[in-house]
Amino acid sequence: MTDSRLRRTMLYVPGNMPSMLQNVPLFKCDSVILDLEDAVNYAEKDAARNLVRRFLSTWKERDKEVLVRINPLHTEWGRDDLAAILPEMPDAIRLPMCETAEQALELDAELTQYESAQGLATGRFAILPSIETVKSVLNAYAIATSSKRIFGLAFGAEDYTASMGIARTNSGEDLMHPRMMIVMAAKAAGIQAIDTVFSDVGDMDALRRETELVKRLGYTGKCLVNPRQIDIIHEVFAPKQEEIDYAQEVVEAIRQAHESGTGVASLRGRMVDAPIVKRALHTLRAAYAQGLTDTPVDEEILHG
Amino acid sequence: MKIVKKGMAGTMQSSDLMVFVEPADSLQVEIESTVIRQFGHLIRVKVDEVLARNGVSAGLIRLTDRGALDYAIEARIETALQRASA
Repeated sequence: MTDSRLRRTMLYVPGNMPSMLQNVPLFKCDSVILDLEDAVNYAEKDAARNLVRRFLSTWKERDKEVLVRINPLHTEWGRDDLAAILPEMPDAIRLPMCETAEQALELDAELTQYESAQGLATGRFAILPSIETVKSVLNAYAIATSSKRIFGLAFGAEDYTASMGIARTNSGEDLMHPRMMIVMAAKAAGIQAIDTVFSDVGDMDALRRETELVKRLGYTGKCLVNPRQIDIIHEVFAPKQEEIDYAQEVVEAIRQAHESGTGVASLRGRMVDAPIVKRALHTLRAAYAQGLTDTPVDEEILHG
Repeated sequence: MKIVKKGMAGTMQSSDLMVFVEPADSLQVEIESTVIRQFGHLIRVKVDEVLARNGVSAGLIRLTDRGALDYAIEARIETALQRASA
């Protein structure tokens, strides 16, 4: 699925807390994930399902992407979650503990069946699989390419470290390998890579460092558990003014090169060719999406 | 929906409510709320609406409200009824 929607911040909101749910329209995140899974006790699964459903039925003017994290389909709650939630038309389902392509396809089939029964377009509901065990990391590319509904892979570090039998640290070297595997699988599949939550809400400096790290690796968004983390993550994912300026210079240089019949230009003493232009276009797309530039990106410039 | 046993749903957190239901020969509704003076009549309308939609004609329904919005009132009553009718 070619889906370049901006998803810098995907905020988890516990499904059984009215005080958090009713603030969802106020949060400035790009996406919200209403959680029926880990944030809800077994004994309250039915209550959370009803609450999220009723909340969505009253929230008509949605200003952000809405996902619901259901319970895995092999649990006793997964299918009831879907049946309750789909009539309220969330944008996507976050599938926890997705370890194989078959599990993603199982959800895909459920969604297709519902869409067909309701006369909705096939693919109306997207899927965001959670890559959160060793096995799912190893299967990341197969999962990423299993369904056209999948717009990204979302890393879940807490369950991943548990499945490895290791402790999660704030420095992040324990997560380097799965992060690389996931971002490579996502890029190869042409979809987005979304990083895990940073759960130490008191340490904003470490949050910034971690977000800068995953941005350098190729991630375009991050999940989060506290709305106070939104601003820092947006700040990190926004292209810097000097990056935007440079990207515009690259585009202008290659435009002039094309006019004079060549595909290579020189800028500030450096060669500019197709890969450099691709990166510049990526920066300009992100800048435009975030309202930092006024002009939409001219994709044709790459090939002259 | 028939109430065949005691059922309960919700929490005492702010913006939430607790709903207790139990079998009774007739329909009785008791509402306690932090905002009873301002919104008591609206809460009652909502409760009646949800009970009617679920076909509840008998039972003791008690609400302890902590300033919940309509969607939460509806969801908590539904959950209590489902738990009491299963």
